[in-house]
Amino acid sequence: MSRVALPALGAVLTVALWWLLTAALHIDPFYLPSPADVVETFWRTPGFLLGETWVTLQRVLIGFAVAVTGGLVVAVVLAASRTVERMTMPVLAAVNAVPKVALAPLLLVWMGFGDTPKIVLVVLVSFFPVVVATMAGLTSAPADLRKLARSLKASWWQTFVKVRLPWALPQIFVGLKVATPLAIIGAVIGEVVSPDRGLGSVITGSSASSDTPLAFAALVLLALAGVALFYAVAAVERLAVPWAGAA
Amino acid sequence: MITVSAVGQTFPGPVEALADITLRVDDGEFVTLIGRSGCGKSTLLNLMAGLLRPTRGTIAIDGTPVTEPRRDVGLVFQQPALLPWRSVEANVLLPAEIFGRRGSSYRTRAAELLEMTGLSAFRQKLPHELSGGMQQRVALCRALLPRPSVLLMDEPFSALDALTREELAVELQRLHLDLGTTIVFVTHSIQEAVLLADRVVVLTDRPGRLREIVQVDIPRPRSFGYNAHLDEVAAASARLHDLLH
Repeated sequence: MSRVALPALGAVLTVALWWLLTAALHIDPFYLPSPADVVETFWRTPGFLLGETWVTLQRVLIGFAVAVTGGLVVAVVLAASRTVERMTMPVLAAVNAVPKVALAPLLLVWMGFGDTPKIVLVVLVSFFPVVVATMAGLTSAPADLRKLARSLKASWWQTFVKVRLPWALPQIFVGLKVATPLAIIGAVIGEVVSPDRGLGSVITGSSASSDTPLAFAALVLLALAGVALFYAVAAVERLAVPWAGAA
Repeated sequence: MITVSAVGQTFPGPVEALADITLRVDDGEFVTLIGRSGCGKSTLLNLMAGLLRPTRGTIAIDGTPVTEPRRDVGLVFQQPALLPWRSVEANVLLPAEIFGRRGSSYRTRAAELLEMTGLSAFRQKLPHELSGGMQQRVALCRALLPRPSVLLMDEPFSALDALTREELAVELQRLHLDLGTTIVFVTHSIQEAVLLADRVVVLTDRPGRLREIVQVDIPRPRSFGYNAHLDEVAAASARLHDLLH
């Protein structure tokens, strides 16, 4: 009950506060539109906005899928060998420290317009959290369990599949939850820098025509997409890691 | 039979953990290793388990030198070390899976062991749904599943509360009588040593050397409560106390 009711109540209160502020302070919708303005804008062209949402969401999902698959594979390879891990960790940390958002204009130069540079940006921003979390998880199996595996003469593969990987799952999901909002941010940055379609492009266009309520409608849709993705990951987590949080 | 011949262990540092240990554990015998913290008793156990190679001397089980872990040696640690995503039964069956044997005989064996330790009703539970004492019972069943000839236990009850400890010690004694497995049991509790052991091996402070081997000739089953052998228990405890202080 409270798992649904409390989050819903929080959302309702937030919207109410937003409404109250715009009404009480007589804020010009040009600066901060009220929730009613935003909803009205949405209902003027619902098909258009939902279509653009779908465009952005597709880029996010494709990029996220690539980042997660690649991130898991890279993390497993790195965690397989202490030597490889030590060698590549500083490089990974360095690449991770580069603000990927700053690469957006470069990607435009390299890949032109269209879906590709946006998807690549999604991959770039969401890849590292997955790698770092997975590696941390894979190297976190407690000493006793490693000793147990060794005493049973388990092979590397048996130890990996039966102990290390399941042990890493809760941390892998932490990485995935960090990566989901980043994936959306990546797609939107890509669309803002080289607008074609998608909600980022809608935001860029709305500022050109001073249509603040439209920008807000796009932002709200992005936020909703973010929430949906986050809860989707959390739902998969509950299925995959039923023992987590209970110990 | 476990034969420890002139074994010494020096860790990088150098830290001399064990010096000149010679010891024989007979088949079916229950031996406890006792000593103060850091005296190398766990090191000696790890050497017997083949998890460490001795710097000096040799260790053999049934005449074969121990150079790596053996599948006929079971291990129980201070922590249960269960896989949190596996049911009690699946945890107990882990060794069979790793040995690549999925026969129904192991399932029967697991059911028997769980029955003996009073866990039958909890077969399908996950470890976190069990108390600490029950988790350690599961770890014991797991170690016993492949019918090991030797069971090595490293302070297995020291993370448990006093009452659970006594309960498990009595239960272990019963299992030992039933199964006849050779057991080497590390502890720092005199009470536990006297209750469980045929012989108590007392180690000196670092580097651990053999201080003395105390024979405990109290009839089994022994218990912590009032029984017919209070004087013998008191005498053995006092003797160990003197040797350790």
